Amino acid sequence: MLTEEEVKHIAKLARLGLTEKEVEKYQKDLSDILGYVEKLKEVNIEGVEPTSHSVLLENITRKDEALKFEKKLIEGHLKVKSVF
Amino acid sequence: MNIIGLTIKQTHEGLIKKEFSAVEIAKDFLDKIKKDDKKINAFLTVTEDLALAQAKAVDEKISKGEEIDILAGVPCSLKDVFMVEGIKCTAGSKILENYIAPYDATVVKKLKDRGAVILGKNNTDEFTMGSSGENSAFGPTKNPLDLSRVAGGSSSGPAAAVAGDMAVFALGTDTGGSIRQPASFCGIVGLKPTYGAVSRYGEIAYASSLDQAGTMTKTVEDCQIVFDAIKGKDQLDSTSVESKISNYQFSISNLRIGIPREYFAKGIDGEVEKIIRNAIKKYEKMGAKIEEVSLPHAEYALPCYYIIAPSEASANLARYDGIKFGHLADKAKNLLDVYLQSREEGFGPEVRRRIMLGTYVLSAGYYDAYYVRAQKVRTLIKKDFEKVFEKCDALFAPVSPFPAFKLGEKIDDPLTMYLSDIFTISINLAGLPALSLPCGKTEKGLPVGLQIIGKHFEEEKILNIAKIYV
Repeated sequence: MLTEEEVKHIAKLARLGLTEKEVEKYQKDLSDILGYVEKLKEVNIEGVEPTSHSVLLENITRKDEALKFEKKLIEGHLKVKSVF
Repeated sequence: MNIIGLTIKQTHEGLIKKEFSAVEIAKDFLDKIKKDDKKINAFLTVTEDLALAQAKAVDEKISKGEEIDILAGVPCSLKDVFMVEGIKCTAGSKILENYIAPYDATVVKKLKDRGAVILGKNNTDEFTMGSSGENSAFGPTKNPLDLSRVAGGSSSGPAAAVAGDMAVFALGTDTGGSIRQPASFCGIVGLKPTYGAVSRYGEIAYASSLDQAGTMTKTVEDCQIVFDAIKGKDQLDSTSVESKISNYQFSISNLRIGIPREYFAKGIDGEVEKIIRNAIKKYEKMGAKIEEVSLPHAEYALPCYYIIAPSEASANLARYDGIKFGHLADKAKNLLDVYLQSREEGFGPEVRRRIMLGTYVLSAGYYDAYYVRAQKVRTLIKKDFEKVFEKCDALFAPVSPFPAFKLGEKIDDPLTMYLSDIFTISINLAGLPALSLPCGKTEKGLPVGLQIIGKHFEEEKILNIAKIYV
């Protein structure tokens, strides 16, 4: 079972705000799912290569640029709330 | 003449013979949506102006005596993850409630170029995460065949729109069964193509190594027409691939069909099993060779998926932070609060569950134990299929272990809900094409879909196999 602190830590890493009640709910839900995926430990994976894509692919790249930006820009910069 | 209920070809022929105009068709469907969708909730946005403008353009072509495409004037709808320029695109989420798409997805562009008429955007589980449509922030879609039941998910809206005669065809997406399972629940044809066969450019991402756009239609013939229109390599999606195989011809006596024994194991509904076995018998009577095969790692597909998909989702959904994309919490004091509050207010419970799960399994100390192990199990699942395809042309299996269930029946227990996709998920992990073909109904009148699974890029073959079913 994940502890309350673990759930709060994961939520912060994931940048998700949670209420106290939700912490309890996700503690149970996440623990159940993590318990279920433990099943993979039964599989012998020795010498097996990992698969990240199912179909053979080659890298193709292009210039990355924003097409349209909804938020207000100030002299080409994006204004956000202060970090500190 | 009754326009509603026609196939693509019938609609096309009616247009050419001037039995009705494209504008008349569009108006009939828009009226039908207005009348029926209050109770079904298949549409999140109806694009009346766009539809009528597109239909008018088709009528002008016809009146000038120009040749028109088979899809010209045919009304369709799109799962609300495909961007249509200038139209709201929500992905079924509150966080994108007011998001207007800045450009057309490649599949949308292809449909527009062919003259297909876009009626609107369809409901979906939030960010396509769900198996019942109930995770939509805008209310569940109801099954047109039984309003007390779910339409399946996550492509709940596209399936209900086609089954409820509110669109001739629709596009959906399938990451773990999201086209095939709702197609099965609503009694229509759903094709999840090979990974990469259809461009994902302009499709809102859930799990990028599994996501695949595909078709939802009334018939196999319609499925082929729409798939041919949307498939192909796209410069804007580096994972898209040009399919090399086409015009597949076969004689039924040479057809070898594998039946994976693991797909008929515990948990499958008795009536569903009987209907699927009957469908298999029909192919056997036609002369196909039926052989039981084994996919030894089948039982690990679901846990494997619930590590890989949430991992990819946790990265893909980081962009919805109130600044780059999505709802902005206005009472936040500093930047961290902006992120925490915007995402808390914007995302629903299932999306948050999967983001946290993905964040956890990718975090320091757990990465190898969960993520890398799952990727290795994925290799074994893929190899299972490669092995059986050495001696089979296609595999037959149920799409779902049970028919459409009641609204609310599984929503409180995530793990029970996840089991809805137990027969479809391994296909996404292996990147294979698979089709859901309606093959019978239970005593309560609920449709059951036969899943026809093919080798990479052999959509043509599975479509031809599906076509001969009577």
